[in-house]
Amino acid sequence: MTDILMPALSPTMEEGTLAKWHVKVGDKVSSGDVIAEIETDKATMEVEAVDEGVIEALLVAEGTEEVKVNSVIARLAGEGGAAQASAPKPEPLPEPQAADPNPQPASRAEARGDPVRAAAAPPTAPAVALRDPELPEGVSLVKVAVRDALRDAMAEEMRRDPDVFLMGEEVAQYQGAYKVSRGLLDEFGPRRVIDTPITEHGFAGLGVGAAMAGLKPIVEFMTFNFAMQAIDHIINSAAKTLYMSGGQIKTSIVFRGPNGAAARVGAQHSQDYGAWYAHVPGLKVVAPYDSADAKGLMKAAIRDPNPVVFLEHEMLYGQEFDVPEGIDWVVPIGKAKVRREGTGVTLVAYSRMVGFCLQAAEKLAEEGIDAEVIDLRTLRPMDTETIVNSVKKTNRLVTVEEGWGPMGVGAYICAKVVEDAFDYLDAPPARICQEDVPLPYAANLELLSMPSVEKIVAAAKAVSYR
Amino acid sequence: MARGQTMAAQKGPAQRRSGAKAAGPAAPAGPTRDELLAYYRDMLLIRRFEERAGQLYGMGLIGGFCHLYIGQEAIAVGVQAAKRPGDQMITGYRDHGHMLVCGMDPREVMAELTGRSGGSSRGKGGSMHMFSTEAAFYGGHGIVGAQVSLGTGLALANAYRGDGKVSWAFYGDGAANQGQVYESFNMAQVWKLPIVYVIENNEYAMGTAIDRSSSETRLHKRGVSFNIPGEEVDGMDVTAVKTAAQRAAEHCRTGKGPYLLEMKTYRYRGHSMSDPAKYRTREEVDEVRKTRDPIEHVEDLLEKYGWADEAALKAIDAEVKRIVADAAEFARTSPEPHPSELYTDVYTEA
Repeated sequence: MTDILMPALSPTMEEGTLAKWHVKVGDKVSSGDVIAEIETDKATMEVEAVDEGVIEALLVAEGTEEVKVNSVIARLAGEGGAAQASAPKPEPLPEPQAADPNPQPASRAEARGDPVRAAAAPPTAPAVALRDPELPEGVSLVKVAVRDALRDAMAEEMRRDPDVFLMGEEVAQYQGAYKVSRGLLDEFGPRRVIDTPITEHGFAGLGVGAAMAGLKPIVEFMTFNFAMQAIDHIINSAAKTLYMSGGQIKTSIVFRGPNGAAARVGAQHSQDYGAWYAHVPGLKVVAPYDSADAKGLMKAAIRDPNPVVFLEHEMLYGQEFDVPEGIDWVVPIGKAKVRREGTGVTLVAYSRMVGFCLQAAEKLAEEGIDAEVIDLRTLRPMDTETIVNSVKKTNRLVTVEEGWGPMGVGAYICAKVVEDAFDYLDAPPARICQEDVPLPYAANLELLSMPSVEKIVAAAKAVSYR
Repeated sequence: MARGQTMAAQKGPAQRRSGAKAAGPAAPAGPTRDELLAYYRDMLLIRRFEERAGQLYGMGLIGGFCHLYIGQEAIAVGVQAAKRPGDQMITGYRDHGHMLVCGMDPREVMAELTGRSGGSSRGKGGSMHMFSTEAAFYGGHGIVGAQVSLGTGLALANAYRGDGKVSWAFYGDGAANQGQVYESFNMAQVWKLPIVYVIENNEYAMGTAIDRSSSETRLHKRGVSFNIPGEEVDGMDVTAVKTAAQRAAEHCRTGKGPYLLEMKTYRYRGHSMSDPAKYRTREEVDEVRKTRDPIEHVEDLLEKYGWADEAALKAIDAEVKRIVADAAEFARTSPEPHPSELYTDVYTEA
């Protein structure tokens, strides 16, 4: 014998009207036969039989309102009898384990009545202290432009791993719109350096699919402005699939290209996406400043088994910095770098704004303020420990970013510092961001809109009450 | 992963052909007796599985979105019969049937629907998000059309490795209007990628009939401006599906690039469980069920050729019923994921 239950049309439905019976006692029904119609104020739906058998009883009369979901509305006598024994019966959902009234406190977090956090503390800090590799004795430093450091990193990783390949617009025959991929086609050929059509949404999806199949694509966006067409694949397909698949499907992929404002290219081509991508669990987000970090972090990003968004900067491509020569230079993702030590005020920035902060620190030094400059290098996972330790020393904080202020990187840093170093702050933190407008084209307005050394100096002085 | 209940479609082609000799005279050049019986069983398993899923949804054991495959069974089963081991399959959110034919355990699929730790994604994916690297099933995607680009990426990997695999990307008449489908067509043909695009045209994109949404409703012609060959197939006829899929695969495996199959089909149920399907008449649905049902079609053939009597079919019905009941029982009793699963699988170490 099988109970037929009042079904739910939707997850929120609790009761409904049994509008019509399509069967009567004694009728033989089989799977898929429509046996009844039910209604709510929103919808009508047919109820189909799941089991075979003969209708033994209709327990709710046609037209009855407020029939509770999961109440028995009819009874089916099994065709052969025994085969029906396994038919489902209504069962309450098991209580979620998180609501266990008698948890065994195993940690402070759990003792505070926060079992979820205790059972699964998010990995906020790496277990092992991340450090840049030591320079072996005898290694020399050579001046390399950021664009060439990025190219060298890709070339070295492509030599090392045959699964690594580069795809994007103009990356091959044209040698890169910004010449970052110069020479790669000659060395690796068209199979591994692939010119795509202008089709960001599509080729980002192809890249993620190839990564799901186990390859390690580097997907270049001519600029990250165009990646907005592809952001669905970066977030929904790349960042979330490991989780949605219970750890089965890995996407080891690097999305890279210039980010932020160049010069006089207008609102649609001038935007910092740091906060956008750093918002998303499942992504790692890297934004280096100098050549050594560009190279070392690019190599780390290519080797990383997770999707990495690698934010470069057009205004830095031509700048030269020291890079260790002749060694496998890999910089760990997730570790900030103190670029200048100081005790008076902490300046935190990433990408091109690190250079602005270093200049501001020189000016501040002339006025007797000793600034510490932290280069975040990675936005997610963010090394907030280095920031908090610095603020505990300087007691003052200024964040600098090219992105807009609301819901931004600086906003997050301020929140973390308030959470972790509230008592150490001697002044409210200050944020320098792009003004809250689309970036204007006019030279003077563009300058007014962007962060500047002068704005950073002024903010540092303000938090120092000077 | 328990393999005890993998489907008959997982049998190698050799096994199926061997049965043909014993089958006697009927059906020249068509499917063998064993093949037809396997199709019957596999389609029936999908249908009974989906009916049970609908029931569990009604009982509140399955939440959120749940899109049933009832009516479209012949497509997944027919394509699976033409696939080779290692070929990838990827689809949208109406994915239960594809997972079952790929050989994923019905228990794990049903337990994922109920959001339990025994689910194939350990309860973290749900109806629309299941995957199996072992079965080369790549999801299970909830963003309409995304699987077309991703599937083309799987094909890019196949071409990159030169491993002879074909990627099979399924999407509906609704997804056929997404821009990324055509971006993918273009790249697939420029690079001659081994992919078969399988359009499951069930005539309704959620509630919108195809002639209200599409300027060209013959979707197999959508590849014309990319020089991708396409054909229309009776998606309610499993042998027609298989034969067309074999042609398409041959095209891909000989380096000629992508191929497009438009499967004409119909879904009996609403778009999802919460869709009362008021945009079409009951007569329309009944007509399809009566005249084009893919399972009854095979049943008729089996009877016509004298390949299976009622007792033989009943035995298959009983076996399918047992598998589905077992899957449902597992899905109801498997525990919810432990809270410690909340923060796992966000990142991977290796």
